[in-house]
Amino acid sequence: MSWDIIIGVSLESLINATMIAYALAAIGLNVHFGYTGLLNFGQSAFLGIAAYGLAMTVATFGLPFWIGIGVGLLGAVILALLLGIPTLRLRADYLAIVTIAAAEIVRLLFRSVSLSKWTGGSDGLQAFSDGFYSMNPYSGAVEIGTLISFDARELWIMTVGWVLVAISLVFVFLAMRSPWGRVIKAIREDEDAVRSLGKNVVSYKMQSLILGGVLGSLGGYVIALRNAAVQPDTYGTEFTFYMYTIVILGGAARVFGPVIGSMIFWFLLTFINAVLPEAIDAGYIPTWFMDKTDAGAFGYICVGLGLILLLIFRPQGIFGDKKEVMLDGR
Amino acid sequence: MAADTNVPPGVLKAREALKDVPHEPGAKKKDPILVADKVVRRFGGLTAVQVDHIEIQRGAITALIGPNGAGKTTFFNLLTGFDKPNEGNWTFNGSPLGGVAPHQVARKGMVRTFQLTKALSRLSVIDNMRLGATGQKGESFWRGLVPALWQGQEKEITERADELLVRFKLDAKREDFAGSLSGGQRKLLEMARALMVQPDMVMLDEPMAGVNPALTQSLLGHVKSLREDGMTVLFVEHDMDMVRDISDWVIVMGQGQVIAEGTPDTVMADPRVIDAYLGAHHDGTAHDSAEVAAEVAAEAEGGKSDE
Repeated sequence: MSWDIIIGVSLESLINATMIAYALAAIGLNVHFGYTGLLNFGQSAFLGIAAYGLAMTVATFGLPFWIGIGVGLLGAVILALLLGIPTLRLRADYLAIVTIAAAEIVRLLFRSVSLSKWTGGSDGLQAFSDGFYSMNPYSGAVEIGTLISFDARELWIMTVGWVLVAISLVFVFLAMRSPWGRVIKAIREDEDAVRSLGKNVVSYKMQSLILGGVLGSLGGYVIALRNAAVQPDTYGTEFTFYMYTIVILGGAARVFGPVIGSMIFWFLLTFINAVLPEAIDAGYIPTWFMDKTDAGAFGYICVGLGLILLLIFRPQGIFGDKKEVMLDGR
Repeated sequence: MAADTNVPPGVLKAREALKDVPHEPGAKKKDPILVADKVVRRFGGLTAVQVDHIEIQRGAITALIGPNGAGKTTFFNLLTGFDKPNEGNWTFNGSPLGGVAPHQVARKGMVRTFQLTKALSRLSVIDNMRLGATGQKGESFWRGLVPALWQGQEKEITERADELLVRFKLDAKREDFAGSLSGGQRKLLEMARALMVQPDMVMLDEPMAGVNPALTQSLLGHVKSLREDGMTVLFVEHDMDMVRDISDWVIVMGQGQVIAEGTPDTVMADPRVIDAYLGAHHDGTAHDSAEVAAEVAAEAEGGKSDE
């Protein structure tokens, strides 16, 4: 077994672009779910809209990179308005149903044959990231120790990604310690009480939906640029469930929760996915139990199992306060 | 003067204002803060509220009583915008409130509490209080990001909140989660939080429900002190001792309608009120069991035809 490769890729996954994309998505979802109590099960649609907004603007219509970024952000805001206007007046669970359906509609539109002229159908779009990588100041790979190495492209997307994470965290931190954030958290506790104190609850929920959607959409850019391609099935519902795992793992309504959650999630997933094939090769795991093609699925089974155990034994996540979570039980 | 030394000025004012008001449903008040006309709320075939006319005297404590299902809480929800009536209109401080959203009702100065207390569990007690203040600059998203724009106001709000916490004897709990308070303390917190809005009128929905008897007296004292501060109080309550103790005026609802009004003593002696609470047949002897059985059968039929 080549432990240096296993440990190398696992360590890389603590800081690489994939982890950053999930962290950004989860930071947005944390605004919705953790702080405001909005059950948004369609966060993947915000990432998809942003990624396709960028890709279609550049690859389909031949417009510059920055316009693509603008189109993606605008798309995320419009999606938030479309989702919010009909549902935010209703009970919380309606939002969950509508968002999960909306995310599927968005994904199916992207892969529909009739729109494939613009979206590339199920193949998606490529060749939209040149504008981004032409700004790359790095040349050549960087190695940290002997285990970890990143090429220039990965390094550039990581740099931008970490800056976006930092900006997002500052935003969330400032917003949530302000009186605005106090109203947001109060809405999570009881909407009617907040209404009775003269706050326009629907407007605040809409603002939260937009803020979280826009923060999440940043993750969509990172994924799209990292892969230099967009594909509709990247933005399926399971993507949203991974984000929920990350938010709960890190601790809902904690500023750093989504980042730490994403780190742990990807470290464990990468480690399992690296260790299992090696262990099968080396004969530590008998092939009647599992062969190499099963290993990938087994990794996700472990994620599901881990989430269940987490919710039972540590519902507050890494950063959360158990006393606070238990107040809900009353 | 000697006889009145123990009576606070708010009580005297309220008594004076209500002295010549006739004891009948829909009676005109000298200086009404709230006037409602023909407010009707139906749930399917059931008319839950049908109030022809009602006036609430400014600066007085008015109790809204009635048996279970009389429509008291529904009427409360209608007045505060939490529910929409099928018809009717009402004015508060002279401005019409029909169709106004609940948060705007609160901003106009009419603040309510809830029968099932709504403490914001995972916010600290002091944050619960701060939330109540209206017109906060930092409650807009972009301005909230720049603390310099709201910290001054936040300090004033916190001072006001701390004063109220001392008055309601919650200052020791300042930093605790509101969810860790006892039932009675939550009622106190909810009332104190409502005062942060600086309302003209406070609507209390069963302020005594589920409160430890040891806290009842202090809660009563707080309600009375609202009147001394010039506020108007309308409250729903089942506890008749409390109603007798603190209210200047009592309005009785039965089956959605206002059936009696008056001072506590006259209302409690009113046969219509006793009928409403105990049922029109409480004397019993005149009605034989066959009649009752027929009524039950008719009701059961009515229920079936509804389906």
